[in-house]
Amino acid sequence: MSSEETGLVHIESVEGTANVVRGDDIDTDRIIPARFMKDITFDDMGRHAFEDARKAAKGKHPLDDERFSDASILVVGRNFGCGSSREHAPQALMRFGFQAFVGGSFAEIFAGNCTSLGLPCVTLGERELANLMDAIELDPTQLVRIDVTAGTVTSRAGTMQAGIPDGVRSQLLEGSWDATRVLLEAGDAIEKTAAALPYIG
Amino acid sequence: MTDRAKSLFQKVWDAHAVRDLPSGQTQLLIGTHLIHEVTSPQAFAMLRELGLPVRFPKRTFATVDHIIPTDDQSRPLKDDLAEAMMSELEHNCRDHDIQFFGPESGAQGIVHVIGPELGLTQPGMTIACGDSHTSTHGAFGAIAFGIGTSQVRDLLATQCMAIAPLKVRRIEVTGELQPGVFAKDVILAIIRKLGVNGGVGYAYEYAGPVIEAMSMEERMTVCNMSIEGGARCGYVNPDEKTVEYLRGRRYTPDDDAFEQKAAGWLTMASDPDAAYDDVVELDGNSIEPSITWGIHPGHNIGVSESIPTPNQATDEERAGVEEALEYMDFVAGASIAGTPIDVAFIGSCTNGRLSDLREAARVAKSGHVKDGVRALVVPGSADVQRQAEAEGLHEIFRAAGFQWREPGCSMCLAMNPDKLRGREVCASSSNRNFKGRQGSPTGRTLLMSPAMVAAAAIAGEVVDVRKIG
Repeated sequence: MSSEETGLVHIESVEGTANVVRGDDIDTDRIIPARFMKDITFDDMGRHAFEDARKAAKGKHPLDDERFSDASILVVGRNFGCGSSREHAPQALMRFGFQAFVGGSFAEIFAGNCTSLGLPCVTLGERELANLMDAIELDPTQLVRIDVTAGTVTSRAGTMQAGIPDGVRSQLLEGSWDATRVLLEAGDAIEKTAAALPYIG
Repeated sequence: MTDRAKSLFQKVWDAHAVRDLPSGQTQLLIGTHLIHEVTSPQAFAMLRELGLPVRFPKRTFATVDHIIPTDDQSRPLKDDLAEAMMSELEHNCRDHDIQFFGPESGAQGIVHVIGPELGLTQPGMTIACGDSHTSTHGAFGAIAFGIGTSQVRDLLATQCMAIAPLKVRRIEVTGELQPGVFAKDVILAIIRKLGVNGGVGYAYEYAGPVIEAMSMEERMTVCNMSIEGGARCGYVNPDEKTVEYLRGRRYTPDDDAFEQKAAGWLTMASDPDAAYDDVVELDGNSIEPSITWGIHPGHNIGVSESIPTPNQATDEERAGVEEALEYMDFVAGASIAGTPIDVAFIGSCTNGRLSDLREAARVAKSGHVKDGVRALVVPGSADVQRQAEAEGLHEIFRAAGFQWREPGCSMCLAMNPDKLRGREVCASSSNRNFKGRQGSPTGRTLLMSPAMVAAAAIAGEVVDVRKIG
């Protein structure tokens, strides 16, 4: 939802069905193999999300499972998105259809890239994450709701407290996740800071 | 500011903080912005959509490295997509008056190799680039971040990024390295000890006698793989070695102006009584030549060790170990030494510099690439290439059956034609062994030092480089 005057997009919640990709340390090369980064736009990136893993799984990869084809939330394990700073990774997942992620933990640069795109990444404890994964696989039609304001994840089983860094939460709610505008507001404080540096000024 | 003792991280952060943001993050000025052809096109497109100019074109520098071929670099490039990327970067740099170190400049190369070579990388700077191995520049006492394309857009538009302050972990590597043990082995050991996500939320300060004894190129190898340890960045405090490396470079001043600058650089080092969020120690004496056996850089062991069994793993790690063993098709409990290889790659922003090539050449002299093994040496930059050729290293490599190539990222991530085929096993001096990393979806990567790669190329299998004459 965006504010008419300012054009800021406030991300307060994401609700939809969910899909699950199990496993820890899933890296950005798996999420988007490097050979697909030769496009000068991101437009086509969604097709190639997890391409090599999906080929290897011969139609059995969660992203190829018809029952989850409308999912807008992806549930993952620990250290998801480790590896490269390539924004192509969250771009591929976003253009595949995902608008938010629930996981054990996220690699730092990946999480930062998601915030830059307005995609919430929230964490759950081990037991709750495992339960959520099992529940979604058993009932793909259930709605999952990530409430950024409250910092919770709600599924058929109920509402759980989720982890989201305060700063990230603020950015999503306030709309400052789209950072260029905010950074521009500093005005000539930028030039002043630069001028005071021995290697610029 | 109070007179409290500060780490280098805090000094550099404070000098570049433009303001605090409502989110609790800091608006941080980035003094030097490096760009390349893969992560910049969409950023420039977004800039055009916003109708904004590049705010500090003189603090922005470009090169082409990921997609450039290492054999035939003539234009147009054979790969249409690669040619489009290169043209896009060229015209973006022209439009915005940004210095582009392309092949015609004589200074082209992997972005994290040419920055220091040109003297663009200096102590006390903040540096950013749309590439995670930007941490390499931390070797000079800079705070250097890998960023995504939207942040590249932010930098082009404002020269700033929004980032939350980091904690600082000081890693002291004590003792001294044994012969045949190199900087690559040190960082692999650190990642093994602290884990691939141990550094999340941290800047890593590498210190101690082993780090102090390292050359600048060795320090770059260590800082390069900070990301593989989950750290946001990594650095080494500047000292006289840093100063001497930067003397006479294109973008550092000369004579008295240099001496003045150098004096300032040394003050950036962490104060002796600076406080850290965490301090860990690693015994340098105990580090062996190391090899990765699995599917992330934390899966590494010494050359005399055996490939782990799932039983040996913690509950948390066991599934990952099983997955790795299955993908690599390795036998749990088997020696890593003796693992056959199909391809050998010496290069990358981790280990593609002159000292790396010298170490590899020293080993290459002792034999010939085994029949059936394909071996590539890719210098990290045109400058490294020139210096290596002046010393005759290329002749040593060629005589030993290695291919001598043009500079670029090459087989590290195989966005250019240098790719693995099928299930090939590659002994590689690069930084990631993820599934499919080196261009074949089923290819397998063993990370190790350049000397170990050369030894493996000759033996046709993983060997202990210390045992070679």
